[in-house]
Amino acid sequence: MALPFEKPIADLEAKIREMQAYADEQQVDLTEEISLLQQRLERLTRETFAHLTRWQRVLVARAPGRPTALDHVAAFVDGFVELHGDRALGDDPALVAGLGRVDGAGVVVLAQQKGRDTKENIHRNFGMAHPSGYRKAMRMMEMADKFGLAVVALIDTPGAYPGIAAEEQGQAWVIAESIRRMSRLRVPAVAVVVGEGGSGGALAIGVANRVLILENAVYSVISPESCAAIRWRDAAEAPRAAEALKLTSADLLEQGVVDEVVAEPLGGAHKDPAAAVAATAAAVRAALAGLRGLGGDEIVRSRAERFRHMGRMLVDSA
Amino acid sequence: MALERWFRRQRPTRGDDDATPAGLWVKCSACHTQLYRKDLVAHHFVCKECGHHERMPVTARIAMLADEGSFEPWSGAVRPVDALGFVDVEPYADRLAAVQQKAGRPDAIVTGAALIEGERVALAVMDFQFLGGSMGSVVGEEIARAAERAAEEERALVMVAASGGARMQEGALSLMQMAKTTVALEGLASRRLPYVSVLTDPTTGGVTASFATLGDVIFAEPDALICFAGPRVIQQTIKQDLPAGFQRAEFLLRKGMIDDVVPRGELKRRLATVIGLLRAGAAMAPGTLPAGA
Ligand SMILES: [Zn+2]
Repeated sequence: MALPFEKPIADLEAKIREMQAYADEQQVDLTEEISLLQQRLERLTRETFAHLTRWQRVLVARAPGRPTALDHVAAFVDGFVELHGDRALGDDPALVAGLGRVDGAGVVVLAQQKGRDTKENIHRNFGMAHPSGYRKAMRMMEMADKFGLAVVALIDTPGAYPGIAAEEQGQAWVIAESIRRMSRLRVPAVAVVVGEGGSGGALAIGVANRVLILENAVYSVISPESCAAIRWRDAAEAPRAAEALKLTSADLLEQGVVDEVVAEPLGGAHKDPAAAVAATAAAVRAALAGLRGLGGDEIVRSRAERFRHMGRMLVDSA
Repeated sequence: MALERWFRRQRPTRGDDDATPAGLWVKCSACHTQLYRKDLVAHHFVCKECGHHERMPVTARIAMLADEGSFEPWSGAVRPVDALGFVDVEPYADRLAAVQQKAGRPDAIVTGAALIEGERVALAVMDFQFLGGSMGSVVGEEIARAAERAAEEERALVMVAASGGARMQEGALSLMQMAKTTVALEGLASRRLPYVSVLTDPTTGGVTASFATLGDVIFAEPDALICFAGPRVIQQTIKQDLPAGFQRAEFLLRKGMIDDVVPRGELKRRLATVIGLLRAGAAMAPGTLPAGA
């Protein structure tokens, strides 16, 4: 299913397919015509994606068929073993945790998982974790420190779940504690926003030494819909809210919120998931390699420093 | 996060005591009793009829908690900027300028040194009247600076939270303040200096989900709304009515999320008591005092 702005691209693709089918059927040589159309398709795709509005990027970040966190994990983690449960409240399928290897070195993996279809989405609660998910994440951070395993966190959530049980079980408390626990990790941590970085629920596993974001992923303090509902009193103004929030990878790089943007294949990660997860894998490996050899004190200090300097303000000289 | 609209529907506390009193009489927002304004101020904005805790202006809060003449302000040297050029129905820059003029301070927090019954503290008080007490870069920075200076000066930190959450007009930079304030608290922790958080009505969103709930001790004021997601957001999500008292201080006490609900009249004494008790342990913790202290 094409996104609204992908329609001309989809139409052109259909035309090429049609022509190919005709050529095969009628045994005529249309190689040249098809090649010209393919060039046109590439130009069109390139231009469309170079000029996406911020709201359109949000749609790409949420696009069906976009690689999920676990799709990325499968590409860069060898021998992934999922570990369940928070040892207190239950097991939260929206936040997957486990062990594996990257370039031979052991890692702890944290992955906010959306569903690939409706059924899995319901199982995964659309990637919205409950307190149990964050408790599990913190348990795994303990394990990472104990065994000297780097942490790789994949962020893809609309936000922490806003529900009665979640509030009763201290959603705010566990997010705060997870932020603190992650900031205390004496092992390197790399976070990658692969889809939607939704507010505190994303940041809870985003306090990393290196924070990466996929080209068409977004990271925001509030969803454009909620922002529009509050600031414009109309959720339909989400496209304007997305513009105002400056939530794209390029915006976040400029703001210093992320360190690196991982390029997506032409037409977005959902167009070529294999290429997308390969690019993420290469970026995660490089980020981990860059942090290797640092001592625990240095890792904690430099991470704290990274976040301590976040923000824009004017400081009066004393 | 995102609760300003909901709060806007609530009756605001009438008039700041910084400003010219709005009138001689005010109405309790819970029991609607007419109260003589001077009496209400003298009772720390607690209704003497029903005990309802009205939202309290920052200066009155500081006057109530700090020993007389002990408060020395630290905040004020950091001013907000409109980093994103955020415009909704009105530019953020204009909104800021208007509220700064009204409040007479650059942003939604006041910090400083104080004594609380003789205990040396850094006192930080958030201002809900200032854009819903929302946390942008400046609020985050003032909190970070206060926590760091408290650690340097061997003071406990007392934080009085009141906030709608992160300030969405500063985008992801406001979100990052959650991590910034959290890492800035580490100096207090490593020096075993107490951090006591007081949650007042309302404390929500990214403020609840960061420094405000990281206190060694967490107190809340009676009936204060304290949550991550606001009641409206939850109602819209689950399409059910919420249980009575949900997300109020007493509810959170029952759920084990806070140490106690402390009526305003007892707050100062309680703060001094727990800080004194926590500091009484420092001598017994081997190897924890910083070199040269
Ligand atoms: Zn009353």
